[in-house]
Amino acid sequence: MSDYLFYIFAALTVICGALVIINKNPINSAMFLVLSIASMAGLFVLLHAFFLAAVQVLVYAGAVMVLFLFVIMLLDLKEEQRRKINTFGAVTGVASVAAIGYVFYQSIRNTPLPNAVAHSEGDTVVLGKLLFTDYVLPFEILSILLLVAMVGVILLSKKDLK
Amino acid sequence: MHIPLEHYLIVSGILFSLGLLGVIMRRNLLVIYMCLELMLNAANLALVAMSRFNDNLNGQIMVFFIITVAAAEVSVGLALIVALYRKRQTAHVEDLTTMKN
Repeated sequence: MSDYLFYIFAALTVICGALVIINKNPINSAMFLVLSIASMAGLFVLLHAFFLAAVQVLVYAGAVMVLFLFVIMLLDLKEEQRRKINTFGAVTGVASVAAIGYVFYQSIRNTPLPNAVAHSEGDTVVLGKLLFTDYVLPFEILSILLLVAMVGVILLSKKDLK
Repeated sequence: MHIPLEHYLIVSGILFSLGLLGVIMRRNLLVIYMCLELMLNAANLALVAMSRFNDNLNGQIMVFFIITVAAAEVSVGLALIVALYRKRQTAHVEDLTTMKN
């Protein structure tokens, strides 16, 4: 059963990711990005990373995408629909992405990967213990980073930006 | 029977390639930003899958940090885009050629 779930979630993630870059309208792109992120949270659940799945839905699909939608609706982005895609950019883009995809494929195929499923569960208790013992310094630095980002955003959105 | 690690890594690789394609091809700053988020998510998926199959939770801690940093990055970047739009009335990379000549 969970095998089928993996394929369903993986297909949803990839198709919605493709629709993000195909869509002309930025609002549709944002909506498909929400779908892609939510189905990736499903993949996290299948990998027994329950806490990260919850954080993914709360932070990405909730906070970050609301921010995106606010900014899309704040700016007037209707002009996008009239512009055409640059042919040279498309050709070089597809070529370089095909090259990097080939590199990914070869490296996945030629690397010996661990195959046995482990018993590590990513629930809140275990992650919290690890976070507040081994990783307490990066955690504190991260809180300072968030404070700096908050101050910077307030400064950037002031009316008289010099 | 269970899903091997390769399948997760292939999904992650496809998603990263899609994000990269979007960053190269799209001309709207906001859509470029969304594609960056897609690439970060692909990296997160690879890290979580590796952490599961190696019986090591450090990868999940790394993903937690990545999500937090990405949230901070998005807020600052969107504030920059709004400030830019206020000054130049555009969010299109082809119109932002001040440093070209």
